[in-house]
Amino acid sequence: MNFDVAFAWSIVPELFQGLLVTMQVVVLGFLLAVLIGLILAIAQRKRAGSVNSLIRRLSSAYLSFFRNTPLMVQLYVLFFALPLAGITLPAISTGVIGLGLYYGSYIAESFRGAIEGVPAGQWEAARALDFDTATTWQRIVLPQALKPMLPVLGNYLIGMFKETPLLAVITIPELFQAAKQIAGMTYRYNEPYTVMALMFLAISVPTSLLFKYFERRSHV
Amino acid sequence: MLFDPSAVETARFIARQLGNGALVTLQITFFAQLIVVVMSFVIALMRLSPWRVLRWIATVYVEILRGISALVLLFYLFFILPLFGISLSPMVTGIIGLGLTFSAYGSEIVRSALSNVSRGQRDALRALDFDSITAFRRIILPQALPFMLPPMGNQLVELLKTTSLVSLITLSDLTFSGGQLITTLGQQTLIWSIVLVCYFAMAWPLSWLVKRYEQHVTSWRQGASA
Repeated sequence: MNFDVAFAWSIVPELFQGLLVTMQVVVLGFLLAVLIGLILAIAQRKRAGSVNSLIRRLSSAYLSFFRNTPLMVQLYVLFFALPLAGITLPAISTGVIGLGLYYGSYIAESFRGAIEGVPAGQWEAARALDFDTATTWQRIVLPQALKPMLPVLGNYLIGMFKETPLLAVITIPELFQAAKQIAGMTYRYNEPYTVMALMFLAISVPTSLLFKYFERRSHV
Repeated sequence: MLFDPSAVETARFIARQLGNGALVTLQITFFAQLIVVVMSFVIALMRLSPWRVLRWIATVYVEILRGISALVLLFYLFFILPLFGISLSPMVTGIIGLGLTFSAYGSEIVRSALSNVSRGQRDALRALDFDSITAFRRIILPQALPFMLPPMGNQLVELLKTTSLVSLITLSDLTFSGGQLITTLGQQTLIWSIVLVCYFAMAWPLSWLVKRYEQHVTSWRQGASA
């Protein structure tokens, strides 16, 4: 089977539409994941009190459940369970929520490490200066924790981008779905999948190199 | 009706189907992990080798496989290779596809653990005139292994979860069995939730072991440095 370049060119616009949907879901899902990760990481901090210990236990249950089950099956459950609970969302929103919940549990772990990396003296100084809890987090702890987090977050962003073909299973018209549809309609598998793979590489390799560059620069 | 005989029959049917699927999932995980371990070492050693060509090939291997998602690679192997006259069974496709993808990540783990072994150890090897195979087997590897195993264990958990992708290339793993049950029984939410719990039951013990081992190693390392 030969590779028909003209046909490959003709399907690029259609695949590009899929790529746009993919990127939209990834960016929104990433923002949600960072938010969830941050909340979980703060919930994981050791503090006295039975309510706090309950919160901590709940959040570690969340972490271990979401990290030990496949994203694809989580998406299936979300896709079918949300309407049962009376929430009907477009497939794209379900995808964003699914990605956010799953990656939130990974990002939480890195946030926790970064927050623990903030020296205890900073906390003590904040207390000595009588900062309230919210100000301590906002002005002292998070700015210091976020800086080493940037390359890590970059890796997760690329990871999420590569997981998006999964969203096709819940009918989101992203890049992979677009390629599959073209293949299904024309019975040509070579061109759509090859163009799709090239599109994935065209986005993820430069992004990966960019973050590597950031990382190297921050080490110097 | 709690003990309705037909309900019991249905429950047994579900358990049998999912049990068979889980076995396939474990098989794929096992064989893919074999490829991962072998290829990780090969590629890591190539990246650390003094020959530029080998280093270059290994770098391209890692960058390409990390750039393409596992699902895309699986589809590529499943649909495109037959067009070039190479037909693999779904099982072999799944094992090779997942093995290759994860070996790209695994080789980075092996490489960083191997290059973590201290400079003095390497100098000592040269001074004592070890040949390179003995040096690797007796000195470098035993010191690198404790650094390697926890991230490799986490990777294994990831691999186990990622095997769910093979259901999309018609392999009857746990996820595929779940899908089949839904076509015969309906009950999407219930069945998918059970599948989710099955994966958790397989992956969580592994995660727990990794965590325990990690704690053990760190305490040993801290004890040694004290």
